[in-house]
Amino acid sequence: MHHLKRFAASTAIVLCGTTVLAQDSITVAIQLEPPNLDPTGGAAQAIDSVLYANVFEGLTRFASDGSIIRGLAQSWDISDDGTVYTFNLAAGVTFHDGTTMNAEDVKFSLDRARAEDSTNAQKGLFAGITDVTVIEPLSVQIILDQPNGNFLFNLAWGDAVIVAPESIENIASNPVGTGPFTFTDWVQGDRIELTRNADYWGSAPALESATFRFISDPTAAFAAVMAEDVDAFIGFPAPENLPQFEADPRFQVLVGNTEGETILSTNNKMPPFDNVLVRQAVAHAIDRQAIIDGAMFGLGTPIGTHFAPHHPDYVDLLANSPHDPDRARELLAEAGFADGFTTTLKLPPPSYARRGGEIIAAQLREVGIETEITNLEWAQWIEEVFTNKDFGLSIVSHTEPMDIGIYANPDYYFQYDNPEFQTLMEKLNATTDPADRSDLLAKVQTIISEDYVNGYLFELAVATVAKADVQGLWVNQPTAAVDLTGVSWSE
Amino acid sequence: MIRYALGRLTSLVISLFVASLVIFAVIEVIPGDPAAFMLGVNARPDTIAALRAEMGLDQSVVTRYFDWVTGLLRGDFGQSWTYKTPVAELIADRIWVSLPLAIYALILSTLIAFPAGIYAASHRGGPGDITIMGATQLGVAVPNFWFAMILVLIFAINLRWFSAGGFPGWDNPFQAVKSLTLPAIALALPQAAILARVMRSSLLDMLGEDFIRTARAKGLTRRQALWKHAVRNALIPVLTIIGLQFSFLLAGGIIIEQVFFLPGLGRLIFQSISARDLIVVESVVMLLVFTVIVVNFAVDIAYAAVDPRLRAKA
Repeated sequence: MHHLKRFAASTAIVLCGTTVLAQDSITVAIQLEPPNLDPTGGAAQAIDSVLYANVFEGLTRFASDGSIIRGLAQSWDISDDGTVYTFNLAAGVTFHDGTTMNAEDVKFSLDRARAEDSTNAQKGLFAGITDVTVIEPLSVQIILDQPNGNFLFNLAWGDAVIVAPESIENIASNPVGTGPFTFTDWVQGDRIELTRNADYWGSAPALESATFRFISDPTAAFAAVMAEDVDAFIGFPAPENLPQFEADPRFQVLVGNTEGETILSTNNKMPPFDNVLVRQAVAHAIDRQAIIDGAMFGLGTPIGTHFAPHHPDYVDLLANSPHDPDRARELLAEAGFADGFTTTLKLPPPSYARRGGEIIAAQLREVGIETEITNLEWAQWIEEVFTNKDFGLSIVSHTEPMDIGIYANPDYYFQYDNPEFQTLMEKLNATTDPADRSDLLAKVQTIISEDYVNGYLFELAVATVAKADVQGLWVNQPTAAVDLTGVSWSE
Repeated sequence: MIRYALGRLTSLVISLFVASLVIFAVIEVIPGDPAAFMLGVNARPDTIAALRAEMGLDQSVVTRYFDWVTGLLRGDFGQSWTYKTPVAELIADRIWVSLPLAIYALILSTLIAFPAGIYAASHRGGPGDITIMGATQLGVAVPNFWFAMILVLIFAINLRWFSAGGFPGWDNPFQAVKSLTLPAIALALPQAAILARVMRSSLLDMLGEDFIRTARAKGLTRRQALWKHAVRNALIPVLTIIGLQFSFLLAGGIIIEQVFFLPGLGRLIFQSISARDLIVVESVVMLLVFTVIVVNFAVDIAYAAVDPRLRAKA
């Protein structure tokens, strides 16, 4: 069937062939192929990269600057006690299979995500919901057990998109959403194709169609862009090649922020890291700029706490841990490790970890800490480090937006257990007033920075290489997404 | 003959059984929980448990092995955990990239190696021989992914004759063959170098044999003796090598598939291992083992058909 459509489309192009042909399709490359196309199932970011805002929409959504804007919900009322949210849905929204999107679908999606047998990777986002009630076809009420200042933010995640009961069975291979693009084809291992949704309820995108390709090898990525096989590469994996693209008038290079706090994760329950002096010594041993230059070719912003530096509530705490090897040695001596010690450094596959790990190992050796480096695959890392907590140090980028709450969970793999912090986090979650939230956010950032819970390295940058006349691509990645709604070719 | 065939068949079944045990056991001990991997770092324990149950991982090892093997016997390869589609479909898609690529590379390497090997052998010690042997030395030494990168640099980036990778599908056969051309050349060059050397030395051995001298004595020219008698007999070791190369090309294209981002079997195995999609790994590896064992079985039977001594022994 879609062959026929394609034939019809190509005939149309031939018929109007003499006029200047405006380009209305794009080929976008990302590194990883989505394992399946169910954003409400697995944690793989690649699923959101392809589908978020393009195929699926939630009640709210992230804008390119990370702010939360309206999605399928056009407006909402929050009760005075902050526990009842009433959402008014956009009218005339249909799923790609032609069925109408209404409050029943919202109830279905949220109930499914928080159900006992749910396999939603971010089930925690829905933890406070006690009930979802359909009031009218386009009005839905969500009741929380306590006020949650993050609730609208939580609903913007790709894991909280609205799905329909009719199409849920095959969502993994045939995603049916409400977005401006419909899913047309997936040649597994090679590409995913999207086509403009003619019945889209919002403003129509400029592109007629889009193809996603998946290239993880840095050399292959370079070749694909240079050969102009792809029009844009989001998350270009070879930062060392960026100057070459910058110098080439055919291309533009965009460097933006992600929500990835890259940290030297430290096992806070394992001696000697249970001693704050040792953690502080590690923090002073680290030369952030050397890591950013050496491992990331200069891309990345130094951070002094676990918070995105582009966020308005970020507090610059770099002064707590300047690079000072002498101070590090003093602190170690004070902690009783004048001769240093040996620990493990377990590294997952990304280059920030593998390249950064070598540099950090050298910096730690400067102050007397020897590390045994082990390179792990992600699946091994999740088992050994994350689940079994069998590590001294590791390097990982925590890419979930606003994830400082992980420090309130004493069972989280770096095992930070501070009741004061936990109380403040509870208070923060229950606070909806923006000014109060800012204060609390500043406090929690400061606590973990002064406790040297982990070594805070840098905010991960994202590089996009695109043809010079592609416009409207996201520069930053407030969430994993390649939002094509605003993308077009300049004349 | 029948007793011999039955004997080979029994050993085939035993081999397959042992292979299935080994594959399952090896994959079982790979560290990393597939469910925890799929759900990432924010997953709650109850979510992971729910997914494990959905994937059948909460059952005992014996049950899972039994389910897997009985599934295979029924021709059911199971369902991929990550792709959530039948493994058989995944394999069917990928094999249409890997198999044509392997055949293409094999044809190219044969087309290069035969003339080169024959020329070198018949002009032994001459400048042509020395050049060819030097080139093959290089071809054996240089890995195929390096050739791949050089080919991409020249033909995709500079000349823009080919795309740098990817596979458009067989809807358009010309584009499909074109997209496999650079990978096939990269795969074929090192294989051709090996094959040319084998061809040359095998031919030189033959040229020293008594029957060649007899042929020459009967009045054949050197060239006639070479083509009529030597080449034919020299082909036996060459064909053995080609057979070995084919299974290498089928399963071993993994790095080339990575360089050219081709959706082939090698890349499927690679991705499935890192995603801990164990059911896919098990089934694809089992399929490859099955192919090799069955090909060997066919070769054994063919030997027996050719060589009466084998039949008598059994």
